[in-house]
Amino acid sequence: MNDIIQVKDLTKVYGGNLAIDHISFHVRDGEVFGFLGPNGAGKTTTIRIMVGLTQPGSGTVWIDGHDILKEPVEVKKTIGLVPETSNLYGELTALKNLIYQAELYEVPKKERRTRAFNLLEEFSLKEHQEKPFQALSRGLKRRLTIAAALVHKPKILFLDEPTTGLDVMSARGLRKLIGDLKKKGVTIFLTTHYIPEAESLCDRIAVIMKGKIRVIDTPESIKAQVKEMDVLEIGLDRITEDLKNKLFLMEGIEKILISENRIRLHTKTLDQITPSVIQVIEKQGAKIEMINTLSPTLEDAFIKITGLDSDVMKIDKPMKTGIE
Amino acid sequence: MGEIAKAYFIAKKDMGAYYLKPPLISWGLMLPIVFVLAFYFRNPAGIIEVVPGLIGLTLLFSCTSMAAIVITFEKRIGALERLLLAPLNFRTILFGKSLGSTLFGLMVAVFITLILIPLMGLSVKHFWAFVLIFIFSGLAFSLLGILISVGVKEVFEAMTMSNFFRFPMIFLCGVFFPVSSMPYPLPILSYLLPLTYTVDGLKHCMLEENGMIPLYLDLLILLGFVFLLFSLSLFIFKKRIRQEF
Repeated sequence: MNDIIQVKDLTKVYGGNLAIDHISFHVRDGEVFGFLGPNGAGKTTTIRIMVGLTQPGSGTVWIDGHDILKEPVEVKKTIGLVPETSNLYGELTALKNLIYQAELYEVPKKERRTRAFNLLEEFSLKEHQEKPFQALSRGLKRRLTIAAALVHKPKILFLDEPTTGLDVMSARGLRKLIGDLKKKGVTIFLTTHYIPEAESLCDRIAVIMKGKIRVIDTPESIKAQVKEMDVLEIGLDRITEDLKNKLFLMEGIEKILISENRIRLHTKTLDQITPSVIQVIEKQGAKIEMINTLSPTLEDAFIKITGLDSDVMKIDKPMKTGIE
Repeated sequence: MGEIAKAYFIAKKDMGAYYLKPPLISWGLMLPIVFVLAFYFRNPAGIIEVVPGLIGLTLLFSCTSMAAIVITFEKRIGALERLLLAPLNFRTILFGKSLGSTLFGLMVAVFITLILIPLMGLSVKHFWAFVLIFIFSGLAFSLLGILISVGVKEVFEAMTMSNFFRFPMIFLCGVFFPVSSMPYPLPILSYLLPLTYTVDGLKHCMLEENGMIPLYLDLLILLGFVFLLFSLSLFIFKKRIRQEF
């Protein structure tokens, strides 16, 4: 497979801080490539540089054989971007928004309406075609924004946090759509802070934190990095501070994650540690409701690689001003 | 596809999307009409002398108001980003935006003109020069509006900033009284403002007056303002966009 995107030694400074710190990677033609990281990691900045919206501090970005700094117009003909905020024109109807995008992207006149109607059909927006964009629900706006990014049949689709702010059903529909686009041969570059989303959608993932890429690989290979680790999950009726402290002091436990009444322990010595853990819990008077051993997930690998708590990834960015 | 066609699509979309925006109706449509009516009811016969000025004023307010909307409003809702993502260069975006504002301004000014000419029993000499004054002035005012509004975030800020330029121009550009009757050094300021040449050119075309300078010079200077303001707006537009995005 050819590399359709090549990024070399990219940097960007914002307010004296290195938001993007000498990152390099490539994306293969036809793959779904994910940029995974917490908010503020540099995902959106990278995507904005790649599509020509932001000037890099240094480094190069080649998209389909064109340098974004030297041939921005050529690059823009081959790409589509779905920004984090659905930002089509509120006053225009769904249909007019698509036709306008087709006009700007040099779609031949006789094909504009046909393509717009086909996209409305494909994205189940036909019944909303005469509604102004601002009157659509958030999920419908998102769908129309993606449709608008596809009107000129781009080779590469950039999606910045595509499911942020969507309800469960809309997010699921969107993930299916990304899969369908991949089948059609569209290369997809997406940013996300949802680990399961990256795991289910991406062929390869780059984990980014504080402007640096920590690892680039397939989800399976990234998970393999924590294969020697076992995960013990225990559900309890209550978790006291005293119990937490006791568990943190135990030897052989690499990491402890606590959410509500569940404890996940990462260990390389599962057989030895399990009886001791049960003993500690019982001594503290807590009741074990469930106990389970788990295979390491991408989330576990992410935690190992970044040292971050997975809860950090669940924090959404504050919504920007604009038409949501 | 030509860049001019793309600029036309931008202009067409702006015209369709924004002509009903409240700030545009109040500043770009209501204000010029109120000026005309106020002068008409005060002295119906005397309004003839200020008709060219009122038409120039209408063009100024409608073009600059539309320019403020098409840039500031789109920046605020994030839609300007869509143009920056499209395969368009800055020149095309700027031309498209100024074209939309100019077309809106021309529509309002032509509407006012078509009422005033028969009402006042006026006629238009030098028809094509009259048309060119409208076009050149419309473009110059739109570019001036863009230049002012590209640096601010909210529509009301753009309107307020525009008024710093628009209101002094009412008094400095020969709208209500001739530049020649102004005390020194005000005429120097007048010569630096495009509305002065709009009003002077329109006086050539609509009144039995020779004007301040020959008609062809009014046209040439207005054309010069178009090129100057386009270059300046392009420079500032690029700079601001790179700073903000």
